[in-house]
Amino acid sequence: MGEPVKSSDAAADNQAIVSQEIRDIEESYKAGRAAGAPAETQPRVDYAPYRSSILRHPTKSLHHADPETIELYSPAFGHQDVHALESNLTIQHNGEPLGERMVLRGKVLDGDGRPVAGQLVEIWQANSAGRYIHKRDQHPAPIDPNFTGVGRCITGPDGSYEFLTIKPGPYPWKNHLNAWRPAHIHFSLFGTEFTQRMVTQMYFPGDQLFPLDPIYQSIVDQDARDRLIAKYNHDLTSPEWALGYEWDIILTGQKRTWTENEAYGEQGDDEH
Amino acid sequence: MSTETTKTSLTATPAQTIGPFYGFALPFEKGGELVPPGSPDSVALHGTVLDGHGDPIPDALLEIWQADAKGNVVAETGSLVRDGRTFTGWGRVAVGNTGKYVFTTVNPGPTEPGKAPFIAVTVLARGLLNRLFTRVYLPEDTEALANDPVLSVLEPDRRKTLIAERLADGSLHWDIRLQGEDETVFLDFHGQP
Repeated sequence: MGEPVKSSDAAADNQAIVSQEIRDIEESYKAGRAAGAPAETQPRVDYAPYRSSILRHPTKSLHHADPETIELYSPAFGHQDVHALESNLTIQHNGEPLGERMVLRGKVLDGDGRPVAGQLVEIWQANSAGRYIHKRDQHPAPIDPNFTGVGRCITGPDGSYEFLTIKPGPYPWKNHLNAWRPAHIHFSLFGTEFTQRMVTQMYFPGDQLFPLDPIYQSIVDQDARDRLIAKYNHDLTSPEWALGYEWDIILTGQKRTWTENEAYGEQGDDEH
Repeated sequence: MSTETTKTSLTATPAQTIGPFYGFALPFEKGGELVPPGSPDSVALHGTVLDGHGDPIPDALLEIWQADAKGNVVAETGSLVRDGRTFTGWGRVAVGNTGKYVFTTVNPGPTEPGKAPFIAVTVLARGLLNRLFTRVYLPEDTEALANDPVLSVLEPDRRKTLIAERLADGSLHWDIRLQGEDETVFLDFHGQP
């Protein structure tokens, strides 16, 4: 097996070592691109600077398959599953959570630009001090008794979603010595087919931690990384109340032959 | 019928790891109970999620999606808030501290005559930077398994990672290995980045 694999919790290496690994991979990717290699639009699952990935990525090629029957449809969610108030993360307890209140809005579209309507969007995040409500998060930052950091909604007919929440703080995570995650919100998404399932993270513009973070950098292509960063939108900001951010999410395309009554929104997203 | 169904014009948003702290967001009450435990025809699907050292992964999350016992693809809501009687076909469980998971479901029926029934599975975990798709097949219908378009082109030692073992109590045992010699076969679908 060679050298023992370093655990993500070991913090065995320092930032300089991990940053050098990140730079080496990026340089090699750029050289490959210059020589004609295709752009990589998804993270590498084999990304050693993120230590936890070392023993948890498949080493054999994915097996190409055509989706069949069940994989061509998606589980259905509706208002039995999600209450309208679950999209407001600031009213789940007895008082106002601490931090920078924010409205977060966007659309979920498929790879052909069609809105993904009536599907479940789930988010979870740290509080404004960078602490999760979770027994494994023992980082000594305050727990906010008025913030659990969990929200859900069902997308509208135009694929839209909206949450009211608090901007999460960065937090340390022991991948290496002095490892800090950039502030982020986790997203879980469903499309109209099982094969469109996605879990990702949304980041905030201008974060100084981007170059240092192996999870963000596991997306080796800068254009692809940029797709995870929300845009600040002052028109969405409400006076004396909350800052506005906007982030659209693109799932993969459908494989199923779609019928005329599914054909709304054919014009697609003109913001990309 | 459109002939342009696989044409993709927008680039998909990149995935990221689910991380360790999905615990209050994604697991939900009865998430793994597609049918109530102990109900007629209920079947447990269970196993362990393992890493490249063969160690259990304590922070993985699994989702399954399947046809009902007659092979129908259902489109019923109510997976997150179950009413105890509607079969929605979808379930989600977080593995336990020892990497073990269990779903209570029914044996899926063949969605077309002669097709090998399977349960579609999504694997998410801390340390895994993108979700993995796979399938677990029922072991019984050997003729359908032999003719299945996915299984039939795999080497025997790879193929066996997709077929559950039927235990004496009727349950289905199936381990998921993210890496290593008996690494589970993971799928990607035509046109995915």
